Amino acid sequence: MTKTKIASSRRSFLRNTLFAGGGMVIGFDWLAQQNLAAAKDSLALPKEWYNFNAFLKIGDNGLVTIFTPNPEFGQNVMTSMPMIVAEELDVDWKDVRVEMAMHDPAKFPNAAFGQFTGGSRGIPSKWDALRKAGATGRQMLREAAAKTWQVPVEEITTANSVLQHSSGKKATYGEMAAAAAQIPVPKDVKLKAVKDFKIIGTSHKNVEGPKIVTGKPLFGVDYKVEGMLIAMIVHPPAFGMKLKSFNDASVKGMPGIKDVFSFKTYNDGQEKGGFDTNAFPELVAIVGNSTWEVMNAKKAIKAEWEPFATYSETVAGFGGKSEVKVPAGLENSAEHHTKMKEFASKPGRVVRKDGDPETAFKTAAKVLERSYSAPHLAHNCMEPMNFFADVKGDKVKVAGPLQAPGLIEPTLSARLGIPAENIEIEMTRMGGGFGRRAYSHYMVEAAIISHQVKAPVKLMYTREDDMTNGVYRPAYYATYRAALDKNNNLLAFHVKAGGIPESPLHANRFPAGAIDNYLAEDWSIESNITIGAFRAPRSNFIAAAEQSFLDELAEAMKKDPIEMRLELLRKAKASPVGKNNDYDADRYAGVLELVRDKSGWANKPKGKVHRGVAAYFCHSSYAAHVLELTVEDGKPVVQKVTSAIDCGIVVNPDAATNMTEGAVIDGIGNALFGEMPFKNGVPEKTNFHNYRMIRMSEAPKAIDVHFVKNEISPTGMGEPPFPPIFGAVANALYKATGKRVYNQPFLGDKQELGM
Amino acid sequence: MAVYNLTINGKKHQVDVDSTTPILWVLRDHLNLVGTKYGCGMAMCGACTIHLDGVAMRSCSLPVAQIGNQKITTIEGLSENGDHPLQKAWLEHDVPQCGYCQTGQIMSAAALLKDNPKPSDEEIDAAMHGNICRCGTYIRIKAAIKTAARS
Repeated sequence: MTKTKIASSRRSFLRNTLFAGGGMVIGFDWLAQQNLAAAKDSLALPKEWYNFNAFLKIGDNGLVTIFTPNPEFGQNVMTSMPMIVAEELDVDWKDVRVEMAMHDPAKFPNAAFGQFTGGSRGIPSKWDALRKAGATGRQMLREAAAKTWQVPVEEITTANSVLQHSSGKKATYGEMAAAAAQIPVPKDVKLKAVKDFKIIGTSHKNVEGPKIVTGKPLFGVDYKVEGMLIAMIVHPPAFGMKLKSFNDASVKGMPGIKDVFSFKTYNDGQEKGGFDTNAFPELVAIVGNSTWEVMNAKKAIKAEWEPFATYSETVAGFGGKSEVKVPAGLENSAEHHTKMKEFASKPGRVVRKDGDPETAFKTAAKVLERSYSAPHLAHNCMEPMNFFADVKGDKVKVAGPLQAPGLIEPTLSARLGIPAENIEIEMTRMGGGFGRRAYSHYMVEAAIISHQVKAPVKLMYTREDDMTNGVYRPAYYATYRAALDKNNNLLAFHVKAGGIPESPLHANRFPAGAIDNYLAEDWSIESNITIGAFRAPRSNFIAAAEQSFLDELAEAMKKDPIEMRLELLRKAKASPVGKNNDYDADRYAGVLELVRDKSGWANKPKGKVHRGVAAYFCHSSYAAHVLELTVEDGKPVVQKVTSAIDCGIVVNPDAATNMTEGAVIDGIGNALFGEMPFKNGVPEKTNFHNYRMIRMSEAPKAIDVHFVKNEISPTGMGEPPFPPIFGAVANALYKATGKRVYNQPFLGDKQELGM
Repeated sequence: MAVYNLTINGKKHQVDVDSTTPILWVLRDHLNLVGTKYGCGMAMCGACTIHLDGVAMRSCSLPVAQIGNQKITTIEGLSENGDHPLQKAWLEHDVPQCGYCQTGQIMSAAALLKDNPKPSDEEIDAAMHGNICRCGTYIRIKAAIKTAARS
């Protein structure tokens, strides 16, 4: 494995004659040849590469390699991030090849979030750095040309990988790359004006598309080196249980089985990080020659489990150190629901209060009160959790799918007692993430197993392991109340929301700021069922509840649901109530107006079509949907979804459209079917035969995506379109059936709506 | 363990494996053909779809002992240069997000078009029902199948 170490991206130019491919090409050992042969570079490989900065190297033949710092899980950063560098470099896109960077905090600083994929932070967090990287490269090339041609640098122009001077002198980037090597890295570089963008804002195909459609090795599960063993784990069958004992006698003699042992994922007393969420820190490992042999041993092994007693552990998260209590017990979803209702009926913790909501509710002519709930959800990434690890002495090589290498590296370092600089993390393409792979305990598990068996190992979770190992979207519950006067004017608004084990409340979001008397409360119930980020955490539930309630409220106020929201937003803009309102009322209104116009909201829906609208703000972006459905043989059939998104500048429009389509389909699927119930601590759904996932026939027949055009630096894109679709589904179902739906999933395992 | 002679993508292969080994793991572990993906192990997601004598099969639930003389085609053998009309259509529509399920989707679609070159929307839905795309690229998958059907 070759890895070029550059201490600082801004230090000096470093010449590198190696083909320092990194990434999959070299990491894949025997697969390398096959992979290289398949790579259809428009140019042959150069004889020499010149490193300009962490993001960029240019070959003597004009080939430009742009490194993507953040791991790829389908949000298409491997294309859109290089597009941003290429834009400022003024390079012809056909000269660009793209590589996933290695995890390298020196090259990609910014603490733990340097190479983090999550929170819709990819493009927003790297926007400036990517532009500067390209612009710096361009400036160095221009200065080299100026020096070579003895002309002022201001007179050198660039376009499509070519440097040019008015005297007629011309050079390609490849020709000037060596000379640019001698130029000191400029401190300040001028960035392009948004209006001059040629690559950004124009759709470019996924750079890995050809490899994906031909089945090239790209994913963690495809990783393989000579002598690699396969490992699987056995975890407790229920939350609240731990390993008591296991009997390896019958398994050790099975064909292909090399070793069976138990291990602890953390040292005793080891301080955990905020992303070290893990319900099962002691596991049984089975290691063997091939996947099927290990799977058979996994089925045969006899292990005994026992309930654990309540314990607490120290977790050093972003909010500082805290003692986290893990309660004993075997939990049930039915009891969760009862408990949540109980908590909802008691006063919560007041998070925000404007005006005098108590008096307003007392004097109201009418109070509308509704409660909403949603169950735990499993992420169900198509590629189950897995990781490659090779621990040799005090050196560690790990490779696989993970969203946050910088957050798990300290855990691995502490567990093995190996310094972080001796740990090399290669980030493979992920077969989905959705938040699940921010919690990469499976990487630590793989390394411990490799350390134990003294061989390279690929740890594979079965689908059942993946689905029943924890880190779920929490179960949530929210109660909304609105006070109206006798003319149906809105006097006060009250939200009280909680969950197991966290509240989904965002107290400072709309409609906060638009209502004089406003109260927001939260509560939470502890649990030993592990939870974590799931596409738009918290927002993915609270948007559904809030947007369903606003729909019902608009009806009570005898107003059009879009116009009612717009009125509130106009008020929030003109005379905002309270402090810390964390949304921009104009941008919020902008997506509602766009979706209203593009969906033809003013026209009555045709035939038996029923519509629902919803909008939401999260991850600094705004999204609104109008969903149209019919009911056929008792089943909801989504005919069309019209979406309006404001995420600032859209780097790669067709890819952003794809992402929006995906968020819409993902949201419809989870709203209708998504559910992970528990009985005595046991996850009741274990594989796709009983965990219902949305399939092609259930997807909308059409999705029409529109983006607000502006020059605002990019804000989040992967998550924002997801939360509001749940509300759009609920509101359209009401129009279709006359019955409001309050509890997700709206269909579950049923085939037909109960009308 | 037993020796099996398999014809995969037009080439003969010999493997010595347990008779119950699903062909998925023979392909992935023993023959280094990793384009066929593991998703569920119970024929519920379609990520492992291959062709057996031209018919779409879920390789995760198909023991090697049942193959006999039937010819196997995997994504690696669907076309010589990655230029099957479906592969081209997939790129034209820029279908994939994470990409993990896409080889299985393409193999299911290829079997459909072989038997039914001009499928209706309903026929596409029915043929593709067994293939889950967690990222939700279904609309593009359908559009790509229609584009390939027209070509």
